[in-house]
Amino acid sequence: MAGWWLKNPVYVRYILRESTAVFVGIYAVILLVGLLRLSSGEAAWNNWLIAMQSPGAILFHVVAMGAAVYHSVTWFSVAPKVMPPLMFNGEKVPVAKIVAGQYIFAGIIYLVLLGLILWG
Amino acid sequence: MTSNDKIIEIEVLRYRPEQDEKPFLQSFKVPFTDDQSVLQGVQYIKDYLDGSLSFRWSCRMAICGSCGMMINGVPKLSCKTFLREYYPGKITLEALKHFPIEKDLIIDLSDFINKLESIKPYIIPAAPRTLEQGEYLQTPRQLDRIAQFSSCINCMLCYAACPQYGLKPDYLGPAAITLLHRYNEDNRDAAKAERMQLLNAHEGVWGCTLVGYCSDVCPKDVDPAAAINRNKLNSTMDYFLRFVAPRGGN
Repeated sequence: MAGWWLKNPVYVRYILRESTAVFVGIYAVILLVGLLRLSSGEAAWNNWLIAMQSPGAILFHVVAMGAAVYHSVTWFSVAPKVMPPLMFNGEKVPVAKIVAGQYIFAGIIYLVLLGLILWG
Repeated sequence: MTSNDKIIEIEVLRYRPEQDEKPFLQSFKVPFTDDQSVLQGVQYIKDYLDGSLSFRWSCRMAICGSCGMMINGVPKLSCKTFLREYYPGKITLEALKHFPIEKDLIIDLSDFINKLESIKPYIIPAAPRTLEQGEYLQTPRQLDRIAQFSSCINCMLCYAACPQYGLKPDYLGPAAITLLHRYNEDNRDAAKAERMQLLNAHEGVWGCTLVGYCSDVCPKDVDPAAAINRNKLNSTMDYFLRFVAPRGGN
């Protein structure tokens, strides 16, 4: 079984999906460090903000964003498999509608968040 | 065979335990027409080129589940796959992955049979009915809950597709868990509490990491990945409900 995940494109995509967790994990640690800096006073917080503007930090955030989007897309497509069948008027809701519903729901949340940041 | 037939190269992984130290690839040139399946190609080899080639088959119409093999590395029913899809390339046939080879394309399926038996794939009623009482009734809606999962033909393609089964042979695996789900969800059955023990075990539903390839290769659209992953929720509920309800809420 050594190197099994390289032997089939489906397995490669699976390992890619799972490894996105590494980027999400590092991102969470960076955010926690930010919180810690915030609690240590204004100067520390400003230094953290400056560090976040370095090319390396920006590059990491772009990569982490890509990983998170890829993870979301794969998750939306498997979500109908992990939930009990969704019934509406005694009929099973088709998989395609459940997947589309998640994109619509995510879109609404992003718009609300964007609104809060811009006008909140 | 007519002069109009096309010729395709079929490579078969041979293994005859009495003669061969390890499996090896043997190549055959097989004439075919567009309506011929890979199974018919293998039958041609046995009838005209090498009578010692061994493989399982029966119905030729994707319902007996006997003729599964790795076709160019993908687990497929050879009766449901056409030679024309691969022409002019060659076809490589191997025994189903993750199972011991008994001979050539025949695998030793005893591990799967034992797992299938362990999940009790039959209805265990709360109170058995006598003949006079008639059959166990089920409404169309109740049938709809399990119909898809009851289409499993035990072809084991999902086991050959599942890397977790390859890594952890004790894992109960896609088809057995799917059939377990099919009987647990049946309104006529009353053995859910007993079967949940198998699901909750280390070798049960938590062996799955949702690679999802089992559902891709299933020839009957059973979607074993859905059956397994819905039971992660059931297994979690079963665990927590034991603290608040007698007998785990079953």
